[in-house]
Amino acid sequence: MTLARKKVVWAYIFLAIPIVFFAYIRIYPALFAFQMSLHDYNPLAVEQPYVGLDNYEQLVKELNKRKSPTKAAFQNTANYLLLGVPIQLCLALMISLMLNEIRFMSTFYRIMFFLPFVTSTIAIAWVFRMLYQPRFGLINVMLQLVSLPQQPFLNNPRQALPSVLSLVVWQGMGFAVIIFLAGLKQIPRTYYEAAEVDGASRWHTFRFITLPLLNPTIVFLLVLQTISFLRMFAPVLAMTEQGRGGPLDSTTTVVLRVYREAFTSFNMGYASSLTVVLFAFILVITIIQLRVTARRIN
Amino acid sequence: MRFIKLFAVLAVLIALASLGTVALAQDDMVEIEYWQYNFQARVDAMNELIAQFEAENPGIKVVHNSDIPYANFRDELAASAPAGVGPDVVTLFYGWIPAFVDAGYLVPLPEDPFSEDFILEHFSPMVANSKFEGSYWAIPTAVRSLAMFWNKDIFAAAGLDPESPPANLDDFVAAAIATTVYDGDMDVFNITQQGHAAALASQDHHWFREVLLRQYGGAPYSDDGRTVTYNSEEGCAAFGWLAAFETEHMTGSNDILDGSTNAFVNGDTALHVDGSFRIGTIARNNPELNYGVAELPVGPNGESHTFGSYWTHGITRRANDDPARLEAAVKFLQFITTPAAGTLWVNSVGELPAQAAAASDEAILSDPILGPFSAGLAYSHATFFVDESAQRQVLIDAFDNVRLGGMDPCEALDEAAAIEQELIDSFWASR
Repeated sequence: MTLARKKVVWAYIFLAIPIVFFAYIRIYPALFAFQMSLHDYNPLAVEQPYVGLDNYEQLVKELNKRKSPTKAAFQNTANYLLLGVPIQLCLALMISLMLNEIRFMSTFYRIMFFLPFVTSTIAIAWVFRMLYQPRFGLINVMLQLVSLPQQPFLNNPRQALPSVLSLVVWQGMGFAVIIFLAGLKQIPRTYYEAAEVDGASRWHTFRFITLPLLNPTIVFLLVLQTISFLRMFAPVLAMTEQGRGGPLDSTTTVVLRVYREAFTSFNMGYASSLTVVLFAFILVITIIQLRVTARRIN
Repeated sequence: MRFIKLFAVLAVLIALASLGTVALAQDDMVEIEYWQYNFQARVDAMNELIAQFEAENPGIKVVHNSDIPYANFRDELAASAPAGVGPDVVTLFYGWIPAFVDAGYLVPLPEDPFSEDFILEHFSPMVANSKFEGSYWAIPTAVRSLAMFWNKDIFAAAGLDPESPPANLDDFVAAAIATTVYDGDMDVFNITQQGHAAALASQDHHWFREVLLRQYGGAPYSDDGRTVTYNSEEGCAAFGWLAAFETEHMTGSNDILDGSTNAFVNGDTALHVDGSFRIGTIARNNPELNYGVAELPVGPNGESHTFGSYWTHGITRRANDDPARLEAAVKFLQFITTPAAGTLWVNSVGELPAQAAAASDEAILSDPILGPFSAGLAYSHATFFVDESAQRQVLIDAFDNVRLGGMDPCEALDEAAAIEQELIDSFWASR
């Protein structure tokens, strides 16, 4: 064996370890979910009878009911996604445009925006839970100071979802800000200089230079944040009473539903069918987003 | 190549070592594993029982796993089973038994020594609830009932007699109203001291099902337990009575003051309905609390009822796979359910001995705190649950619909009954 070949062989051997690990710990279980979804899978039982598409039939039945936890989970997840991603990306873009302008203490500000992203979600969720507390929570204390009525926040079925959402938007924003900043740095200065010479307004500069050239960044973030919102779990688990996604299923998500079905009710087959549907959603949405938004920029 | 050889040698060594450990364990003694959820008083009591048991049975070693928090206990059992590990003897909430039997996780208790006659003769009547499809699947050390806790200091401050707690539902409402303190307008958010806060996620769903409903003349389920019957006129009245604390009398809410249970333990609530296990919580977290315990107030029909429940020990199919372990597990089960074990338990945990002989002990009956719980055992009902957490959720949602959504109690109960009926039907359909 030549030295070059030996190097390649060793490279593959070293790569094989994480690949085997991932295949066994992540990919195999993921594929196993497909199989479980075709069985009446109870983790406590010895036999897991094959039931064909029964779990999917049940899923359709649940979705067609006037009210059901599964239906609420899908509706809420859609709400989190459709509200959360646009709000988060718009805010992140605005913030990164401003951060891109400043020089004084710019690192400090970047850290401030990035810090929530690297903080434990559970810890943040508990802090928010305290902030939202009636009467003694900081937000309600401030409302009282300015003589506004107290708000129930997490205890009210109408306010609970936005209350959870604001934490998720705030926490995930730091990541989007950093990516946007990297994207902004990629845009050659000369374009702006040329625009300035041509007398373009700030809005026109943003609309016709910044935004189009940021397109790959936006697509990247759109896909990533969409997936992260579809997978939402920990904040709801930590912020709602006994992790139930209440009150009245107003904050529950598909993944929380999967967890509760699988481990509280031991319906792992049904939970797997939810996972498979969620997987299909993520796949389709990602493909559409890549197709629609990833136009080449000239 | 040298690496591969090294790996091979290591692998062989590890394999030999594990074989060796297994062989050693088999030679010397039988090792069984016992699991319960983490609750300090229970863990301490069980450690003591295990020490006594091991001293009496030198051939058996009991590994006590009590690290799992309550909220994750079912998850961990579900995760351990497919991996082929887990407990030989496990402590489960009695309401979970049908689900665990349905999965084939538990094996029936052996006729010897747990014959039906033995159980019926010696154990509290509610233990009969472990009988399911003709067999007994679990047996408890201790049982609990619900009673009323009241804060004597709050009563005195409100001008009520601190030594005479409300005896009926009307007095209960009056006392709750008299002891509620607002900072500003009469609004739940302005409460600084609660009269009573109804919390269905805690014990109040039991209070409604088995106590209030019966006191209003209704019944929660048909006699065979397979039909929901609480969506009745009596049900509406009882549910409305409970919801009124938050919607009409505004004496408290589970959403404020850190939840109803903590609010009582912290001294912010006058009246609270809970089990005897709360005595330990109070002793640990707020020993200064000046409180009393009385039997639950009687209802409009003058009847006394309470909810009885228990954590109960079963033998898993894992133990059943090995005759030596099964024998050890049965011995252990027998040991931890004796009257003596029950007496040790009541002193450490506050739950009452499951064996009638120990529960009707004079010292317990005359105890001002334990006495009311013990008296309740005579008129307690244990709901037959097919899926306790789902059935609880149904009533939590119904209550939230009334207090948060302004729904009529009758409508909320109708909706709840339909969902719960479906749960019950689907459980029996698969049997």
